Amino acid sequence: MSAKENYYQPEAECMSREKMHDLQSERLITQVKHVYANVGYYREKMDASGVRPEDVKSIADLGKLPFLTKDDLREAYPYGLLAVPREAPVRIHSTSGTTGKRVVAFLTQQDIDLWYDCCARALAAAGATPGDVVQISYGYGLFTGGAGLDGGSHKLGSLTLPMSSGFTDRQLQFMCDLGATIICCTPSYAEFLAETIEERGIGDSVKLKAGIFGAEAWSNEMRLRLEQKLGIKAYDIYGLTEITGPGVSFECSQQEGLHINEDHFVAEIINPETGEVLPDGEKGELVFTCLTKQAFPLLRYRTRDISILSRKECQCGRTLAKMSRLMGRSDDMLIIKGVNVFPSQIETVLIDYGLSSNYQLVIDRVNHSDTLEVRVELTPEMFSGSGTVGAVEKHERMLRDAIKNMLGIAAKVKLVNPKTITRSEGKAVRVIDNRKV
Amino acid sequence: MTIEQLSVFLENKPGKLAEALESLAAAGIDLRALSLADSENFGILRIIVDKPARALKILQDEGYGVELVDVIPVAVDDEPGKFAAALRVLADAGVAVEYTYVFVAPKAGKAGKAYAVICADDAVAAVRCLESNGVDMLTSEEMYNL
Ligand SMILES: [Zn+2]
Repeated sequence: MSAKENYYQPEAECMSREKMHDLQSERLITQVKHVYANVGYYREKMDASGVRPEDVKSIADLGKLPFLTKDDLREAYPYGLLAVPREAPVRIHSTSGTTGKRVVAFLTQQDIDLWYDCCARALAAAGATPGDVVQISYGYGLFTGGAGLDGGSHKLGSLTLPMSSGFTDRQLQFMCDLGATIICCTPSYAEFLAETIEERGIGDSVKLKAGIFGAEAWSNEMRLRLEQKLGIKAYDIYGLTEITGPGVSFECSQQEGLHINEDHFVAEIINPETGEVLPDGEKGELVFTCLTKQAFPLLRYRTRDISILSRKECQCGRTLAKMSRLMGRSDDMLIIKGVNVFPSQIETVLIDYGLSSNYQLVIDRVNHSDTLEVRVELTPEMFSGSGTVGAVEKHERMLRDAIKNMLGIAAKVKLVNPKTITRSEGKAVRVIDNRKV
Repeated sequence: MTIEQLSVFLENKPGKLAEALESLAAAGIDLRALSLADSENFGILRIIVDKPARALKILQDEGYGVELVDVIPVAVDDEPGKFAAALRVLADAGVAVEYTYVFVAPKAGKAGKAYAVICADDAVAAVRCLESNGVDMLTSEEMYNL
């Protein structure tokens, strides 16, 4: 254990792998029985795949259980997946629905308690102590962001500022007057706050030392920018309402992946096409199983988030497995030259280069081999100076190398004139797949 | 003593060059000099026109990536070694030439003169150096009216 590192529940966070295996197995066996007995929807799924609760004897049997997807949650809406009597849960949270029905998740008082513990671990890992002033600028309400970090901060005994989102003047006034040391919000709102602080020249009155940013994808460049502008260390946090909200996993001082609270949530990585479980180190779709939740205990829930798992020892002393920063959504996955490619990975490269994320991927098959062309709009910066071929080619080359680094396969970068990639009113056409399969 | 050249980004597709020039022709803009640099994936059209500001606006409105670049128009005697001598003075002064192109001026050009456009990494230094070595340069007015 590192002396400097700050844990909230070291017995869980630094538990030996063997003990964790036993704990997970014991909890999984109980959980499967609980779900089979109380959730008709999942019982039918298990029956259909010929799995009996007693077939699950340890965590190694997890793969026998059927998956749940967002479609299942919509189908079972609102009470179909509730595993306790209607009067047992004391709270709901709900996802911001984009299409169709919203997803509603239920929590008992114990569920809330364990969730807040998970958030307290994240806060402690970011350096929060009872003496800290924690400003929570996530939205409160149906969204889990505000409630989760708020609860975690209370558990830790820090002074909690329940700001909710927006009202920037008030945010900055409290941040300065009360000496907030830790800020929790979305990375984009953190950037907005940082810019406003800079504009108003009030940087000297800001006492922040750390930020916990989640609920949105962000890049490492954005992290460096936020750290530099706000004078903080910036930590990632991950979660989803269906599983519990923020605190499913969190970053430690090493800032190299997020530790999963494995005593409560088991993570698997699967091939999104086949459902096959992949070994550590391979990229695929994250699947979570809730081990301790009472009211809404999803088993093998497919998140559609793409990540990589690692069980390598972490310098911070935690033994909890780590997941990499999210790499995309499985819905958008393309297979090019046998490699899984996510358009969002290319978007990340472009954003890191300060380019508009208005790009287009053209995939083709030439002589039985896939080709990938990335069309990017020319910017004035690329074309400034003497307008030489070499200067423009340099930008092409830089982008090409960065994309190859990110994807692991070569792509051709094609610069096109400004505003020539259609900004359609509806969903932008990002991918043109000309392969005849 | 620099003039404005338009650099226009062209995608490598048949007809792109013609399209760009047609847009200018439709507005009555007269070309004085032209050069096309090409790479594997794109081309850069470099033109000197009689009304650069207007041409810039037209091309921008048509969606082209366009830049105004300061270049130096020189006039040398149309004899062997004269243009080489002008380039030599730049080389000796350590000024790098990014690119250059030669053009003819059949209407208003002086007999026995050859004309060229030079784009240097340091335009100010290049002009000073050409001037002190007696290389003829054109004013923008002369150039646009050639
Ligand atoms: Zn760690």
